[in-house]
Amino acid sequence: MDIKVLGPGCKKCQQTEAIVKEAVAEAGLQVSVGHVTDAMDIASYGVFGTPAVVINGEVKSVGKIPKKEEVLAWIKAAS
Amino acid sequence: MAEQCCEVGAAPRGNVMILACSGGSNVGQLSNQAAVELTVEGFGKMFCLAGIGGHLSGFVQSAKDVPAMVAIDGCQVGCAKAILTHAEVPLKAYVVLTDLGIEKNKNFQLDRETVEKVKAAVKEACKDLPADAPSGPACCS
Repeated sequence: MDIKVLGPGCKKCQQTEAIVKEAVAEAGLQVSVGHVTDAMDIASYGVFGTPAVVINGEVKSVGKIPKKEEVLAWIKAAS
Repeated sequence: MAEQCCEVGAAPRGNVMILACSGGSNVGQLSNQAAVELTVEGFGKMFCLAGIGGHLSGFVQSAKDVPAMVAIDGCQVGCAKAILTHAEVPLKAYVVLTDLGIEKNKNFQLDRETVEKVKAAVKEACKDLPADAPSGPACCS
């Protein structure tokens, strides 16, 4: 499973990354969570803003900090 | 870096996602011109309706998650509205230019007065959108 957080490194992006990592651990997955910080790379996902969460290439959330439960549901659906 | 935080697009201040049908008639191009100018002026940020139409997840999810968004259709055919419906994106503010009394034709020489009329109508349609929406769907702090 490929999980990425998109964001330039701001506080909300870091909070999002932490929640996603927490959800990954809770789901018992051994996957690394990538963090895309380059503006051009972020733009290539077509998102209007950040933080954004991408799972297996599909953007799941844009411009907000997702709840852990939401992330767990996305992970479960992608497994 | 902090100034770019959360803003992948260009407009520095705008907090409204602007989606124009940009169709092949005067009213379609008026929707496009108004969207461009409102973006340049900082009212909002024009976003890619084509990306939503293509069901690209970044575009679709962005439109679903943004607090303030306006769709501009040139005519009652309603292509922009149909694209959003097809992508299951809720319509927030909506303007149809022929409803403003603008006749649809193939004259692409857009006049300043009509462009300003469209921009004013878009702003009016957005007046009930969330005023506290951050620049872009969320801003890092």
